[in-house]
Parts: sequence; C-alpha cells; structure tokens
Amino acid sequence: MPFNFEKLAPPVFDQMVKEVKPKPTVLKNAVLAFVVGGLICALGQIMFFSYLSMGLPEQDATSATAGTLVFLGALLTGLGWYDTLGKFAGAGSIVPITGFSNSIVASALEFKREGYIFGVGAKMFIIAGPVLVYGFMTSALIGLTYYLVR
Amino acid sequence: MEKILLAFVIGGLLCLLAQLLIDLTPFTITPGHILVGYVTVGALLSAVGIYGPLVQWAGAGATVPLSGFGHALAQGAIRSVEQRGLLGAFGGGIEATSIGVAAAVIFGYAMAVIFNPKG
Repeated sequence: MPFNFEKLAPPVFDQMVKEVKPKPTVLKNAVLAFVVGGLICALGQIMFFSYLSMGLPEQDATSATAGTLVFLGALLTGLGWYDTLGKFAGAGSIVPITGFSNSIVASALEFKREGYIFGVGAKMFIIAGPVLVYGFMTSALIGLTYYLVR
Repeated sequence: MEKILLAFVIGGLLCLLAQLLIDLTPFTITPGHILVGYVTVGALLSAVGIYGPLVQWAGAGATVPLSGFGHALAQGAIRSVEQRGLLGAFGGGIEATSIGVAAAVIFGYAMAVIFNPKG
C-alpha cells in the first residue's frame, strides 16, 4: 500500500523531510570553492611576478594584475565558460576579482535586448553598482575618520 | 614558488569562508551580498591595520579576492589624506582603484557588445 504523505500532520511531515533529505553538500562545496578560488589567486600571483620582472613598480604590477584578471573574467563570461565554472566552484568564482567582472558582463548580457543605454549601459551595474557604492562610501568614511583622528 | 602556494592557500581560504557563509547561515546570501560584504569588511580591516600585513604575507592571495579591492580603497583614502587633507578623503580611494574599476567598465562593456547571451 502506498504511503500517504497527505495524512501526516505538517510538523510531522516537516520532521520526516528533514530526516530523509540528503545532507547539503557543504564539504564538497567548500573544497571546490577553496581549490578554484585558490587557483585564481595563484594565477594572480604568477601574473604579479611576471609584471614585476617586466620592470613595473609593485603598485603598478598589482593594478596590472587586477586589470588582467578583470579582462579574463569578462572574456570567459562572454564565452559562457565562467558560468560553467561558477556552477561547481560557487564562492570560488565569486570572491576573486574575476567574479566582479563576471557580474558586470553577465548582467549586461542578460539585459542586452533592452538596448545599449538602458540595457547594457545601466544593467551592467546591477551587482557591481552596490559594490562600488558601498566601497566608495566606506573608503570616504575611513578617509574622513583618518583626517579627524590623525 | 612559495609565494604562489601561499597565495593559493590564503585566497582559497577567503573563498571557502564565503562558501560557508552561503551554505551554513540561514540568510539568503547572493553573489551581490558576498561582493559588497567583502569590499566593506576588507576596507574596514585594512583601516584598522589587519589587512595590510595579510597582503604583505600572502600577496595575490589577499589582493585578488574582493576584500583586496576594499584594502586598496582604504589605503588610497588614508594615503591621500596625508598628502591633501580633506580632499584626499573624497578622491583617494577612487584614485587608488581607478585602473581596476576602469578595466571592469571598459572590458565588461566591450564583452557585452561582442558576445550575445546564450540560449
């Protein structure tokens, strides 16, 4: 005789669901995020050393590395590869700066049909916009605090 | 070589932390929340002098994650205040991160024009 789930009271049902639901793949997600995120950072370190050996000062080498990673993130998103990576890497593809440029290109492409001004031009900042707003706000507050207390 | 391994481990740990925040906290955390949170917390940690030593030690492991962007914003503001006073508080962070931000806007726009959405 088939088991009738509807006859169970909701709290009992919730409890049963909790018991049989597979454990969330927390460990697997964590390992993948660690490995992919770590590899992107290691790639950044290799780029940084290459720029240093080309004679760039340290500050410029850091900026050039960020710029190169941003370019790669944007390109791979355009090609559709970054989303594939993101599906299994999770935060490993979000936290590095490549994830920042991914958010720009992915949003811009999603709204491309709304045109180049209000589609691409405006919607590319759906995620990047808040990042810049809160980043600049925090930066200005820190600058102001430093100005007052130094 | 040692530096590259260190960048891998520390950068990986920063990503792992974000993944745990997504998986283990009851809040709905989107990539937007992660990015905003990392930039803000990175800037604050930098301002109180914690993130700077981490950058010295772990290199790209600390600068490539978005918290490194926050660090650049905070240090830019502080450096600029030393040179120009109050004006520096406004412009310093943006100046220090201008290359990265410009790259993101320019390359992001270019790729969105060149490619078309899948499906």
